[in-house]
Order: sequence, then structure tokens, then C-alpha cells
Amino acid sequence: MEFLRGLSKDISGCGLSGVIHRKGELIPGEIIIKSICCQEERGNGLGAGFAAYGIYPDLADYYALHVMADHRKALEDVEELLAHRTYITHEEPIPTRRTPGIEDPPLFKRYFVKPKYEGEARELCADTEDEDDYMVSLVMEINTKIDGAYVISSGKNMGAFKGVGFPHQIAEFFRIEEYKAYIWTAHNRFPTNTPGWWGGAHPFTILDWSIVHNGEISSYGTNRRYLEMFGYHCTLLTDTEVVAYLLDLLIRRHRLPVEVACLALAPPFWEEIDRMPEEERELCTAVRAVYGGAMLNGPFAILFAYNGGLVGLNDRVKLRPLVAAEKGDLVYMASEEAAIRAICPDPDRVWAPKAGEPVIVELEPGVIPNQRSYLRGQGKRTEASVCRYPG
Amino acid sequence: MATEIDAKDIHYRDLNRLLRAKIEEGEREFLLRNINGQRYIAAGVSEKVRLEIYGTPGLDLGAFMRGPEIIVHGNTQDGTGNTMDEGKIVVHGMAGDVLGYAMRGGKIHVYSDVGYRVGIHMKAYMDKVPVIVIGGKAGDFLGEYMAGGIIILLGMFSRYPERPIAGIYLGTGMHGGTIYVRGQVSETQLGLGLKPHKLTEEDEALLRKHLSEYCEDFNLDLEEIMKEPFIKIEPYTHRPYGKLYAY
Repeated sequence: MEFLRGLSKDISGCGLSGVIHRKGELIPGEIIIKSICCQEERGNGLGAGFAAYGIYPDLADYYALHVMADHRKALEDVEELLAHRTYITHEEPIPTRRTPGIEDPPLFKRYFVKPKYEGEARELCADTEDEDDYMVSLVMEINTKIDGAYVISSGKNMGAFKGVGFPHQIAEFFRIEEYKAYIWTAHNRFPTNTPGWWGGAHPFTILDWSIVHNGEISSYGTNRRYLEMFGYHCTLLTDTEVVAYLLDLLIRRHRLPVEVACLALAPPFWEEIDRMPEEERELCTAVRAVYGGAMLNGPFAILFAYNGGLVGLNDRVKLRPLVAAEKGDLVYMASEEAAIRAICPDPDRVWAPKAGEPVIVELEPGVIPNQRSYLRGQGKRTEASVCRYPG
Repeated sequence: MATEIDAKDIHYRDLNRLLRAKIEEGEREFLLRNINGQRYIAAGVSEKVRLEIYGTPGLDLGAFMRGPEIIVHGNTQDGTGNTMDEGKIVVHGMAGDVLGYAMRGGKIHVYSDVGYRVGIHMKAYMDKVPVIVIGGKAGDFLGEYMAGGIIILLGMFSRYPERPIAGIYLGTGMHGGTIYVRGQVSETQLGLGLKPHKLTEEDEALLRKHLSEYCEDFNLDLEEIMKEPFIKIEPYTHRPYGKLYAY
């Protein structure tokens, strides 16, 4: 893929769909397939993918590494590295099936691992939050150092499945209908100025963060350089990759509540900030000043997810579509209302989120293993427009 | 008798092919059921046909059409009435972004809210004056670059009680046409150089004319709508950026 480096923009008319069950009940894969396939025309067969949460309940305490490899040698190199750096409790090929239209796919294998610390670090770091940082470094090392190998997801009890094809083809190839998840996201890609290759399909992930995106991150260069200062290296040749790492940096490492992180990604205009009440104005000014390198410029609608929530966000002038709906404990978000109605014909409520206003849907507390919550606590809420569950 | 089509799982190409063939045969009334996401319905049709749609039609409903009347029992997605030339679209729900994009003639009546950039670059010429009436609220950039035509925003039948009647950048870059708003908008919402104005008697008469047709479509009381005063927003010059780009 070396010859493709430097091509790093993606203008697209992609399709998104996501669904979450707030009580953590599992949703069959056919549901998300039906929804994303309703938006067939939003893609052109050059990329599709799915992220699924809750799919490895028996190995929920291990990081599930989904590895994509161009050739057997790359996979062997990965395995050698993993043998040194991790305890592997289980490994297997990711089940696929021969699918018409999917030609010459790369190899896919998954490894369920825990970090293997050396010496004193073992006492200090094992079973602590440091394990997440360890895994991020390991993923970066594989992606940058092992030729032809890419980690396409690395979270616990979740996984990403993606490749070159239409959504129905990728779903068939990865046997998506055999999985059940409490959060699903899906993507239908229409790349226009980055290559339609397997690694460039969405979702993009790091740890349990996954993101699908419709639009173009024209600040990619700025964001990428900003992230490099914190040890994140972009290797997948598509702008969206930066968002996955920004989420990890801002929310997990810097502990920004998800509302504030969204404010950093899609901040209000200065003239809007000028009109805000003082406390709000101070917060927005500080976020824009400190996280200028994290601001996403250009048109986007994104859905991102983690072990505990699903979030939808638009750029601040709404240059890409996003529709949300709810029915009982289920909340849906998609590029088109039809994609929601294809799987939920009679929602209780349908709405169009405002530009820059995140729709944050978290699971009820304590319904899944290793559950994460990043919502701001009561009393620390901002006035900024946000739609949240729990409200 | 209208020709009834169950559109469940029919691809938009097949659906539009079927509609065109039937119109060619002389059919003038259609009832489309189970519509969900099919794009370009009635796009480019130049006959006076009537379509009743149940469901959620896809992008660019009625784009470039010249004559049809479309009644949607549901919400519409983005690009409804894109560059339409003549005819009417009535939406008994809400509508997405860029409704009436570059519209040249005809009418769009929406019962509830609309998305962003509605009426962007609408235009008018001689007796061709497009009209959009919105019963709910509108997102940012309403009437952006508007060159002609009429937008009437009521803010009455909205699903968003917490939102203002219109977003920001209202009428940005407009150089023709008129936007009427029931109630008030803050000057900070308006595009550069725009100001709200009082209505004249001609404005009142024009509003009554368009709104009585709107009320008929949705079975509403005109006097209830007219109870509250309106303001209007018009361009202060037909070349708002003339001095910016050419000295």
C-alpha cells in the first residue's frame, strides 16, 4: 500500500446506520443488514462494514484483535509479536464465506489477548487502566511496523468487520447474520478521492471505539499531526481514521465527558460563543483553545460507539444528513429515515438532530460486562444543546 | 380509479419505470403504498398527474417535475422538490434538508418542521413564483442565496418545542424573493445586512391568499394562523455582495 500514501482525503456520499438496545438486549445481525441495505445507492461497492458490541460474551475480559493481513507472512509476524507481548487465550480465523463479487479478499484472523508486562511493570500495570494504553501502542506497532498487517479492531467483547463490496456482500462474506449485538453500526461507502481498499472501509476503530462516517474531514492533516504528538499513527489512508484516535485521546485518556469531546470536534462558531452566558462561554473558549487540533473541519455525519453507548454527531452547519428515532428501549440513527423505518416501521419518535448537537445514547447502568459511561455527571451539565439518554 | 401500487421492496428504478409507463398510457391518478426510501419519485414528469404516497419517499422527490401534484402521508427526506418547475407537493409530516432547492415554480406545503438550507437558491421569473409554506420550524440557512419566490414560516406545528422558529444564517446571501415569518426572529439569526420589516397591505393579501390554500390542504383555521403578526425579510439590494467582490 506504500504507493498510496499521501492520498489522504475522502469525499463521499456514504450511508450510515446504527442501533442500540438500552437494556443491553442482543439485536440480530439481520436487522442492521436490512437497514444499511435500504441505503444501497449511498455507496458504490467500494466499501462496507459493521461494528458489533456484545459478540464475544465468553471472552469478554480479553481484547479481541481482529487482524487483516495481505499475506500469510504478515500474519506470522503478527503472531510472533503477539506471542511476545500478550497472553493469547484463544485464536481462530474470522469465519467468512465465499461470496459472489468479493474477489481476492485478505486473510482475517482474531486473537483474544491480555497484555504481557515485563518485570516490575507487571506488578504496577497488570489489570489496571494502563492495559488500554498498552494495547493502543501494540496496535500502532502492528499497523506501522508489520508490512501488510492491520488491526481492524481491538476492543473487548466487540469487533469490526469490513471490506470492499456492497453492504450485502460484506455482510454475507463475514456471516454478519450469525452475530447478535446490543449496539450495531454499519457503513456503505462511496469513496471519491482515497482508494477503495479493505483497510479503508469503515468502521475505523481503536480499543472499543468504532466510528462510521459520511463526509470529508478536510482538517485531516492538522488532526493527524496533532495525534502523532500523542503516539497515534494513521496508516489506513482515509480521513475518518483520525476520529477514532481523537475519541480515544479526548474521552478515555483526557477524561473529557462525551458532551465536551463532541464540543471539541464540532465547536460552536465564535460569534455564537460571544452570545453565550459567561460559564458556557468560558468552557467553549477553553475547549476551542486547548483542542484546536482536534476540531473537525468539513462536512460530516458520524456515528461512534463504545462499550456502553452510541453517539451521533453532525458538523456544525449540517452538511450531511442524520436522522434519529426511538421505539421503547431501542434508539436508531441513520443517514435516511427510510433506513430506520426499514427495521422499525412505527417508531415512537423521529427527529432530525441539529447541527453540532450530539445524540448520546448510553446503556442503562450495569447491564453489560466492562461497561463504560462517559456522560457528564448531574450538576456539571453545560447549556450546550445535546440530546442524551439517560436524559 | 387511481392505479394502486404496493411499492414494498420495489427498487426505485423499477418503480419510476412503472409510473412513467402508466403515465404514458394515460393514467393520471396513483396511490403508492409502502413507499420507503425510493428516490426520484415523479422526477422530471411533465404531466398533470396526482400521486398519493403512503410512507417515506426517498431523496429528490418530484425533482425537476413540471405539473404533478404529490401528497405525502408521512415525512419526506432530503432534496424534495429539487429544481421543480410546476405542480405541488403536500407533506403531511416533516421534510428533510434542502427542500425546494433551486425551485423555479409550483408550491410545497409542509405541515410540520423542515431541515437545513430549505429554499436555497429559489428563483422567480415573470409569472413563475415558487412558494414554500412551512407549518413547523426550520433549521439554519433558510432561504440561503434566495433569488426569488416566497417562503412562509409559521412555527406552529413543530415537534421541537425547545428550538427557535428558525436557525441562524436566515436568508444569508439572498438577493431576491421574500421570507415571511409568523412571530419574531432575532436580528442575530439573520444573514449579513438583513433586517425584519413590517408587512404592507399587499403583503397581508398575499399571505392570506397562500395561507388559505395551505389551510385547505391540512384542514386548518386561517384566522388562527393570522392572529399573530408576521414579519418579512427581503434583500436590501439585488446585489448584496457587489461591493465585496467587484469595486
